[in-house]
Order: sequence, then structure tokens, then C-alpha cells
Amino acid sequence: MDNGTGIGARVKRKEDHRFLTGKGNYTDDINLPRQTYAYFVRSPHAHATIKKIDTSTARTMPGVVGVFTGEDVAATKLGGLICGWMIHSKDGSPMKAGPHPILALGKVRYVGDHVAVVIAETREQAKAAAAAVDVEYGVLPHVVDVAEAMGHKAQVHDVAPDNRVYNWSIGDEAATDAAFKRAAHVTRIDLVNNRLIPNAMEPRAAIGYYDTGAEHYTLYTTSQNPHVARLVISAFHGLAPEHKLRVVAPDVGGGFGSKIFIYAEEVVCVWASKFVGGRPVKWTAERTESFLADAHGRDHVTHAEMATDASGKIIGFKVHTKAAMGAYLSTFSSCVPTYLYATLLSGQYNIPNIYAEVDALYTNTAPVDAYRGAGRPEATYVVERIVETAARELKMDPAEFRRKNFVTQFPHQTPVIMCYDAGDYAATLDKALEIADVKGFAARKAASAARGNFRGLGYSAYIEACGIAPSAAVGSLGAGVGLWESAEVRVNPVGTVEILTGSHSHGQGHETTFAQLVSDRLGIDINNVSIVHGDTDKVQFGMGTYGSRSGAVGMTAVAKALDKIEAKAKRIAAAVMESSPDDVEFRNGAFTVKGTDKKMAFGEVALSAYVAHKFNSAQIEPGLKESAFHDPSNFVFPAGVHIAEIEIDGDTGVTTVVNYTAVDDFGNVINPMIVEGQVHGGITQGIGQALAEGAVYDKESGQLLTGSYMDYQMPRAADVPSYKLGFTCTPCPSNPLGMKGCGEAGAIASPAAVMNAVTDALGVVDVPMPATPHVVWKQMRHLKKAAE
Amino acid sequence: MPAISMTVNGESVCGEAEGRTLLVEFIREKLGLTGTHVGCDTSQCGACVVLVDGKAVKSCTALAVAHDGAEVTTVEGLARDGKMHPMQEAFKDNHGLQCGFCTPGMVIASIDIVNRLGKDLSEETIRHELEGNICRCTGYHNIVAAVKAGAANM
Repeated sequence: MDNGTGIGARVKRKEDHRFLTGKGNYTDDINLPRQTYAYFVRSPHAHATIKKIDTSTARTMPGVVGVFTGEDVAATKLGGLICGWMIHSKDGSPMKAGPHPILALGKVRYVGDHVAVVIAETREQAKAAAAAVDVEYGVLPHVVDVAEAMGHKAQVHDVAPDNRVYNWSIGDEAATDAAFKRAAHVTRIDLVNNRLIPNAMEPRAAIGYYDTGAEHYTLYTTSQNPHVARLVISAFHGLAPEHKLRVVAPDVGGGFGSKIFIYAEEVVCVWASKFVGGRPVKWTAERTESFLADAHGRDHVTHAEMATDASGKIIGFKVHTKAAMGAYLSTFSSCVPTYLYATLLSGQYNIPNIYAEVDALYTNTAPVDAYRGAGRPEATYVVERIVETAARELKMDPAEFRRKNFVTQFPHQTPVIMCYDAGDYAATLDKALEIADVKGFAARKAASAARGNFRGLGYSAYIEACGIAPSAAVGSLGAGVGLWESAEVRVNPVGTVEILTGSHSHGQGHETTFAQLVSDRLGIDINNVSIVHGDTDKVQFGMGTYGSRSGAVGMTAVAKALDKIEAKAKRIAAAVMESSPDDVEFRNGAFTVKGTDKKMAFGEVALSAYVAHKFNSAQIEPGLKESAFHDPSNFVFPAGVHIAEIEIDGDTGVTTVVNYTAVDDFGNVINPMIVEGQVHGGITQGIGQALAEGAVYDKESGQLLTGSYMDYQMPRAADVPSYKLGFTCTPCPSNPLGMKGCGEAGAIASPAAVMNAVTDALGVVDVPMPATPHVVWKQMRHLKKAAE
Repeated sequence: MPAISMTVNGESVCGEAEGRTLLVEFIREKLGLTGTHVGCDTSQCGACVVLVDGKAVKSCTALAVAHDGAEVTTVEGLARDGKMHPMQEAFKDNHGLQCGFCTPGMVIASIDIVNRLGKDLSEETIRHELEGNICRCTGYHNIVAAVKAGAANM
């Protein structure tokens, strides 16, 4: 489209004006008449029985309108939190899911576990009364380290005596063992993927409201998928049937996965409203609550081995991972270290034999679930760290070792389920080598050395599977839901358009990119298109936004609905222009009749559809509104090469990312400006993981030591450089727009690139993440001593 | 409860505030100006930054009663005659925001940087000066570009 707002244009965002002028509408900005405030009593212990809860003092405190415990919840038969993906162990047994009540019943299992709620007239009154709830605990042994969890004397759930949720495997073990027997070389590595806390800048919040007149519930919540929340709260918690529960996720201030899940606090707010006389109940997390009780990410301990033949071809890959689940199975936790992880262990490489085994383990910590990338960063970290290590051991150039093993023929069936549909990995590598000026690296390294510093270069040739996901395929793997998306296109009589989508935008800019698609397709001004999302009363159903799915799945649903709009509009135009629908063409916003000068603008056809004077409404229904559901036929496979160049201060151990290059293949791109922004943000989260961030639980006490921004180091502006980006394009064959996902790629690729650079600089196999100045300084001192 | 008055975005306002009421609570809850956000409780994230008597202040770490008589500008008060402030425009032009939650504090802190250090800002200076503002979405790349462009247009 030539007006600069169509597919591929760098359109400035339609949503920005309200965000920039303070008119965003986030959950905590909403206040309802007669609103009350909730404050949660949380466990101070990592693991304890609850002997007694005395709420009598709290109930008499000023402003208190209600105090509720797990027994009150149980008395109303409200169900517990669920995990929506069934994983079976390799022996065929189902995963061991312990109970997860929305307020603790009899036991607490991590510091921050939700024990009771106090509801009062003001937040301060609720907080003061919460401090007066007297809970008598019987402290039990605890385990917080996933490496120690298996068979630990602290048993988190009765159903899992050894703390193991499942022992799952993928791939052919015998064939992989045989490959190792004929290997010329075997590379071994032990890696820890550090636990992260997502930290969307908007803390979670909820307002629950029970309308006693209509006997109807409303929940405003910070969700990436309000329809999934409604489904779970209706079907599994049993609060109310779906037509009696509206869930609204208004503007949401970042998610990164952490706002996919259905959490206790939001369920409590909407449940409790009924028991405080139908007054709205509002809760907003303090940041420390976010640290304690948002689902965390990563936390893997992995041993991996890679077999190569004499020519440097990878012939086998074996992985064993212990994955922390935390104290309870969060909504999608079980699929993260299995189908979102081990299915990507082939990387960009042609590896004929892969076998992986995963032990998922309970620990007395916050639950672990999807965080930006969800399994795929962990897979990329294992693949790209061991590939780099293998290249070094084989004395091969790491880039050329990768190139030698790249998949070059498509489609490519890996030994771990995925079938890669399109890509050109050598092209992304070549472009990255050029942009990063790898040829000039030796000179830059020498210059650093002259200053007493260490310089390193690290690659990460990642691939990921997103556009989640084909429903039948994920269903066969244990998913409890289908992962299609819906769209509805409503054309108004004046020719403006509303798009209702089940996707949800919490930073991704859907109000702009979805409108670009419509503007391009219908040839109408982008300002005549508005996007509606995030409200179950407006959008009939949807699966929400995560797994980089809103473009490939959500926009494809819109495109399908637009096909139907065009088809019906052609019939109307044909009737009005007294011609055959087969002769009507639609281009640049106008309907024309072949071989004539007859012409109608899109808006004229829209008006005709509603006026309905000029066609036989027995044959054509009035109105112009269509909907579609799109179920993808495959995942999409973005891939790219990222190159990090770092410098370590020889005196202090401070690591600086001096250059960072990212070349990505996202297929066709709707808005390059927005795509670049997604990549920037993802890279920064990955640099954060590599150099700064790490959730630390104290082994002795089980307390979270990193419970605020003073203890958990978020990347700040001065911690990262400006990035050099490049793109290649192999259009995705499985959706009509040719798009792949771009939301997670940066976070998937970057930790391995940075740590390959750090280990390159120091000449060591591994440095644990986060490679803080102290960690690196200790490593340097160790190396210095060894040299002496 | 003491009554306080201040000038907020050019308008005289008054209201009651407890001794412990934070400036951000007064702004968000008493005045209903919800553009100023709270992202943490340790004065680290900067989502709550407002201008007080022309200087950037984290309103989550300031008591409302201590600002009796002050002149406060929040993100709602930056536009003039329906036109956004050059720093707001620059954030839009450079895609310096994604989810928008840190944005009000980020924009006001950036205006304060220009007020203190002038229009000609190096990337290093901008990055260093933004240490009190955390963004989880943008990776700062486009924020830095926005501040540079916004400074030039102020």
C-alpha cells in the first residue's frame, strides 16, 4: 500500500498518545464506587504446617470488612489453581500435581505463599489488620535449590515423595548412545540457567466485583489472556458460569509471561466481593509481593554431552535437566521445560540423534512458569554454549563449526518433534559477521589487552518455535486447551472498521500493527480502524498473547475474517452495480466491475450493506460483519545469529557489552519499528540474565534474598549499549502473511551470546550466570593464581 | 487530617492528607491524576517521577504534607494547547515506549535532564542520567534516541 500505513511501513503507534499524556488505563487506575482494599497475609516460612489462624483481633480493627482464610474458601467449594498441561513421565505415569488452594489449607510451601486476606475500607487499614492476623506455624524442613531437591528430606507435596513431578524424556536413547560410541570427540558441559523474576513494570493488580442485583461477577485484572482467565475461573474454580463472569484486562504494563497465569490473588478478589456485600475488592501488589509471588522463570541445572565425528559434524546430543517447578504447578509450568524446551534442542543444526531427559522438581520457592521465551532460552543456552565449547575443543572457528552443521534443506524434521519449515541460517550468519565486524575483532582484543582488559566475542545461533500453536498437536502432547485465535471484523455504515481480537497487547503495539493489516487490505485510512481487545464482554473468545503468537496466529485470524468481508462486500457491490460478483474486483479500497467504468468506494459498499435498499435481502443478509477462528497448521520458526562483544575490566571484573549485533529472520514484517523494539527489549532482558539478574533464596532460611530492586539488579540504561540490528527474510509458509514471531527472540538468543563472549574473554569453559563483577573477579583471581 | 494546597499542572488544588500520605497517593487518589505510576516501593524504578518546583522528584518517596504550597507538574500537565511537549513527541517518534507504564516517569526525568544539562546530550550522559528510571520493555535503545531528539527540540 502506498500511503505509508500498510504492511511493512514504520507506522508510529496509535496507542502512544494516551500513554504519553497520562491517559493510559491500567488496572490500578480504575476505582469503583464503594471499593474496598485487600491485603494478603503471606507465609514468612519456606515450609510449615498451619496450626492455627486467629483472625479475631484483625476483625475488630478499624475499617475491616472481612477476613478470609483457606477454610472459608473451602467452605464455598471454590476449586484450587490448576496446571493446564498434563505431562506424562517416561514410565507412563501422569505428573504429580499437588493441591494449590487459593488460600493455604493446612500448609504453606514457600515464603510469600498466600495464607489469608484482609479486606478493609482503605489499603492502610487492610495492611494494619493483616499484621494482626495471628498464624501459628509448625516449621518444616525446606529445600530451595533444584539441584538438591530430588529425594530431599523436605517433601513439598505428599503426592511426590521424592519431590519429582515427572521424569520425562524425548528422542531415541539407544540411537543416541550408539552415536556416542562412534564419536571421534565428545564435549561435556554443566550449566545452570539462573532463576529470574520477570518484573513487568506494572505490578499485578485486580478488582473483583459481584453485582448482587444481576448476580454477575466482574474481574479487572492484569492479564495477557483474559478469556483464559475467565475459562479457568469458571470451569475449574467454579466461581460462576462464563456468562456470569466478565474479565477485563485493560491497559497492561508489560507481561513477559508473568501475566499469563491465573493467580490466587485475582481469584480471591472476585470471590470475596460476594462476601463483603457485593462491594468491589481491589488489590495491587507491592513490588516486594511481585518478587515473592509472581511466577519466576528458568531455574534449570543441566548436564549436556555432544558427540562429533572426525570431520566436525555433530552426530549426537544428550541432555539431562533438572527443572525447578517451585512449590506448586503454575498454569503452564509443566510444558515449559518439556515441549517448549527439549523440542528445540536441535538448534539450527542437523543433529541426527538427540535424547533428553527432564526431571521436574518441587522446591520451596515461588512457582516457576513461562518467562519471555519460556523453555526456548534454556534450550538455546544449552545448545549454543555446548556448540561453542565443542568448536573451541576441536580448534575450529565457532562460526564455521556452526555453518558446517547448519540445516540447509527444508522442511527439516528434527529428532525432537519439530519440523522446521523455512530458513537460511548461513545468510543470517554472514550478515551478522559483517555487521559485527568480526574481522576487526582481533585488533580490538589486542587494544583491550594493552589496557589490561579482556575482550571476548560470543555467538548465539538460535532458533525458536513460536506462533503457539496447532491445537491438535499440542492436545496430543497434553495441553488442556486449543491454541487457535479468533477475530471479528465489524464494518460500520460509514466504512470505518473495528477489529475485535482475542490477542492482547501489553506493549506489543497491536492497535497499530493490526490496523496496518486492515488499512493495507481494505485500502482505508489507518485512523478509520480501531482495535478492541481485553474484554470478555466485547470479544467473544480468544487465547491471548504469549509465545509470540499474536502476529502469526492472531493476525491470520483477522486476515481470514477480512477475506470473508471482501467476499460479501463484492456480492453487495455487484448487486448495487448490477453486475456479476465474479466480475467485481477489489483493489486500493475500491470495487470495480471488469471492463466497465463502474466503481464504488469501500465506504459506499459499507453504507449499502446497512441501508439494504439495493439488493435482495433474501439472498444477501444486510450488514457487514464477519468473524474467523484460525488454528495454525505448524509452529513458526524464527531464527537468527546474535554476536556479543564484551570487555572485562582487568582490575574490577566489570563486564561491559561493547557491541551487540542481532540478525534475525522473522519472515515478513508488518512494522519494522515495532519489531526492532521487541528485539531491543528481549536482548536487554537476556543481557540482564547473563550479567546482572538472579533470584537468590537463602538455603538456610528459605528466604528470598532478592526481594526488591535494591537486591535484584535490573538492567538500567547505562548497563547496555545501543544495538546493531539486521534482518533476513524467508517467509513463513504456514500462514498467509508469511510472518514468524519476534517477541521473544532477543531474550532467547542473548544469554548464550554474552556468556560465550565472557568465557571467550577469560579462556574458560564456564562462568555462572549472572556474571556479576564479583563472580568474574573471582574467576580472574583464580586464573591468575593458577598461572603463578 | 491536615488540609494542603498546591498548584498541580497550573491549577490550584487542595485536599486532605494524613501525615503519612505520599505525594503520589495524593496525586493519584485525591486528585485522580493516574498518569503518575507506582512501580516499586523502594524509590528505584522512577515510574512516579513528577516535577516539583521545576525539579524531578520521586513522588513515591515524598510526603504530600511536605509539599504544601508546591508547584507540581505531572505527565498530564506537559502538553500545551493540545500539543504534546517536544519530549513526549520524541518518545512517540522514536518508539521510546512499549507498555507505557514507565513512560510518564521516563519522560519527566528526561525533561529534567535537559533542564539541568542542556540540549546537547551524549549517549553516555543520557544513559547515566537515566539510572533512576527502569524500563523492562524497550531495552533503552529507543529511549536514548528519544531523549536525544527531544532535547534538541526543547
